[in-house]
Amino acid sequence: MSTAATAEAIGTIVNDFSIHVATANGSGSQTSNMVLLRALFQMGIPVSGKNLFPSNIQGLPTWFTIRASKDGWIARKQDSDVIVCMNPETADEDVATARKGAVLIYDDSLRQQEKRPDCIHYPVPFKKLIAECCPDLKLRKLVINMLYVGVCAELFGIDMHELKVALNKQLAGKQKAIDINLPALEHGAKWVRENLPKKDPFKVQHMDANKGKIIIEGNAASALGLMFGGVTVVTWYPITPSSSLCEYLDEYLNRFRLDKDGKRTFAVVQAEDEIAAAGMLAGAGWAGARCFTSTSGPGISLMNEIIGLGYFAEIPFVICDVARTGPSTGLPTRTMQGDIYSLMYASHGDTKHIVIIPSEPKEAFEFAQEALDIAEEFQTPVFLMLDLDLGMNYWMSDRFAYPSKPIHRGKVLTKEQLQELGGKWGRYQDVDGDGIAYRTIPGTEHPNAAYFTRGTGHTPQATYSEKPEHWKSNMDRLAKKFETAKKRVPKPVISGHGSKVGLLFCGTTTEAIREAVHELEHKHRVKVDLCRVRAFPFTTEVEEFIEKHERTYVVEINRDGQLRMALSGELPRLAPKLRSILHYDGMPLTAATVVAQFREQEGAWGKGTPE
Amino acid sequence: MAGATEAPEAPSNQVNRVGLQKKDYAGSKSTLCIGCGHDLITARLIDAAFDLSLKPENVVKLSGIGCSSKTPAYFMSRSFSFNSVHGRMPSVATGASLANRHLKIIGVSGDGDTANIGIGQFVHVMRRNLDMIYIVENNGVYGLTKGQFSATADKGSKQKYGNVNFMAPIDLCALAVELGCNFVARLFAGNTKMMRQALQAALAFKGTAMLDIISPCVTFNNHAGSTKSFPYVKEHETALQDIGFVPAYDPTYHEMAAGEEREIKLGDGSKMTLKALGNDYNPTDRVGALKMLAESREQQKLLTGIIYVAESQPTFPEMLNMVDQPLATLPQSVTRPGKEVLEEVMNELA
Repeated sequence: MSTAATAEAIGTIVNDFSIHVATANGSGSQTSNMVLLRALFQMGIPVSGKNLFPSNIQGLPTWFTIRASKDGWIARKQDSDVIVCMNPETADEDVATARKGAVLIYDDSLRQQEKRPDCIHYPVPFKKLIAECCPDLKLRKLVINMLYVGVCAELFGIDMHELKVALNKQLAGKQKAIDINLPALEHGAKWVRENLPKKDPFKVQHMDANKGKIIIEGNAASALGLMFGGVTVVTWYPITPSSSLCEYLDEYLNRFRLDKDGKRTFAVVQAEDEIAAAGMLAGAGWAGARCFTSTSGPGISLMNEIIGLGYFAEIPFVICDVARTGPSTGLPTRTMQGDIYSLMYASHGDTKHIVIIPSEPKEAFEFAQEALDIAEEFQTPVFLMLDLDLGMNYWMSDRFAYPSKPIHRGKVLTKEQLQELGGKWGRYQDVDGDGIAYRTIPGTEHPNAAYFTRGTGHTPQATYSEKPEHWKSNMDRLAKKFETAKKRVPKPVISGHGSKVGLLFCGTTTEAIREAVHELEHKHRVKVDLCRVRAFPFTTEVEEFIEKHERTYVVEINRDGQLRMALSGELPRLAPKLRSILHYDGMPLTAATVVAQFREQEGAWGKGTPE
Repeated sequence: MAGATEAPEAPSNQVNRVGLQKKDYAGSKSTLCIGCGHDLITARLIDAAFDLSLKPENVVKLSGIGCSSKTPAYFMSRSFSFNSVHGRMPSVATGASLANRHLKIIGVSGDGDTANIGIGQFVHVMRRNLDMIYIVENNGVYGLTKGQFSATADKGSKQKYGNVNFMAPIDLCALAVELGCNFVARLFAGNTKMMRQALQAALAFKGTAMLDIISPCVTFNNHAGSTKSFPYVKEHETALQDIGFVPAYDPTYHEMAAGEEREIKLGDGSKMTLKALGNDYNPTDRVGALKMLAESREQQKLLTGIIYVAESQPTFPEMLNMVDQPLATLPQSVTRPGKEVLEEVMNELA
């Protein structure tokens, strides 16, 4: 039996552990996992839920990691504290890779005790228990997962009332489904109460840390942002991990954006491929719609030609890239900040694009609105950059605030304005000196409203031209427009104490870095300053941050240091100050990785601590 | 070059029902080769738009890449135009139609732009029934890149420098019929009368009208051995019908005796009449149309006229149950739900 030598006494680690659940996909485990996650959330304990799933519909292994953290750390944790093995196929490996002292919950037929005497074992007769509480043979395979929720509830003290509330919410109040699942939940708890003495140190207790918080996936948050941002045309082609964004958007729009006669104030169209999805945006943006598509890396590759057209013909549209692990099909259900460079400089010729990078759901909600505005203000394609971790995982977030700014449509000349101008205007004329010209919308009833849009060389009056001076001055104006964007895009979030060393990063690495910085400061007595980049073009604050620090580590989830590459290219004189901390195994970044790589490089740098 | 039989011009000062003269429908000067079939189509489009009294502001001209796709610059300068990306005009048209459902779209493409690089988008746009005429200026070769075969080149057709095409052609009319397009015609750029009538009917038709117009390339595909040269097409063209167009406002309109002519309602109150020419072809029979196309291919006949036509069906914006006002100009009061909606969603997620 367990001789598990844990340093900690029973029930002494409160609200600070992670539960890793291994199941087979398509086994209904998502409901159980969400009930567990929600119950902890409702108990006021900070939580996060990360889904690690295969590119498959049924039968392959899938894992879900719930982290409860009284200190509010919601990044992925390197090692799990509790492992629930519901998938016999992966049980051996799940057990073998457990950390020393981990809690292992598994079906008693699996006999794992001898293999890991250094862990705490809770064999549970899941098969027997499910037969007792679920009379319908066909449903047992699905409902068995609710048993482990009951087991965990009793072992760690999760509030049964909150579990029931969570179950009700998760099953949307469907009584039949509740009647099937609830007995399993209660039966699992009861069996533990009567048969399983507690041996582990983990425990949960009510807290009050989640006031004003919600749980949401980044894709749903972006979808809400787009709806409140006034999106009207949505095109898409299914691709993991972006599909749920447009599916959420479709759902929200159909719920909240019908007119009084039930007519749609929007269009959502599933295109035949990503090229068509982007082509539709070119047409819709050109004709005046606030338009949007979401995709992932392979889709971005396909859209490249139209992105270049959008840049050069100056057509507003927004593309959200929910990045996954590439190249090629890669690891389609794993995360990566893999498209940083390919978004910034997408397409051929001289191109540079505005990229906006949220790090958590609330920002995704706000930046989705910003992206629609900025696209129209700058008359250009704008990217909203997410990754699978943000898009598809469950994040605790502050409640979203109702937009405070009116929708901004940019420089559009109306029929009346054209009349005032006596019909004299030039589509590509830089009247205001900011590189952004005025445009008209097809359907504007003025004889001089129309202009000819083309991807070929053109004059300020939008007529065809191959003249060198026309080409160059137009490209210079586009560069000026990009320069103007520096003052408009979200500024970086900078914090610190005037250390000599900085960490620079973007997007979903934020949580791991926040935790790493805490560890560096409290455990290793090293202080670092932080710069979270939120947009491309890089604003002057980014430049100043790198300037001010002796060296800056660019932390990112890819092999080649794409963000660092872009910084080096845009700010070449500062390139020698940049170092990389890289993580690229398909999994979200952990604090441990950041701390380890930082310490190793700082040591190798021969300067000891940077203080 | 051969084939340039112009219709009698309207007097230059004649004004149509929206108060515009023919010159108001003109574009910039064509830069295509002298005698190009495409210029004939351009001229007939100007005629048709003038005759129909189209408001230029309500029309958008879209194209892909190629000689044909340059032509939107040569007509209707008062209409917005978008010369987009090779083979992707259909998706751009779809987007424009979603942004503003009241725009009449004139899509101009070529055989390479449609049947080669753009075949996927062509196939899908035919299923959507946008309010659009889709013109394929079909000459069987790539002009701008100097004479390579396209996928509509007939088997056995000879390239200018001797190569023979050994692959079967893609019949865009057959594809369009198969995919549910409700107005499909094959025309010849040199047949002025038929083009003028067919273009008016197509423009008046509510929904997608696909016109495959054989439009010889005088520079790269007008030689002996080509099946898309002016001489070859002139010699082989057999007109299926005499096409008549009866505008809704025309008081001289009267019902024809049954059997003499076929009448097709075009969805805007106007009608097209079709008088069969020495055949009993029924262009309202979808299966019959496909059979006729297959047979004519086997017999190496070039049949021109209305291949298939049906009564107007719901357009894409109608299928999507969209509001009548263009999405492009919906105000914030419509496109941004109220505070209570955000509150409701937040409560669900809390």
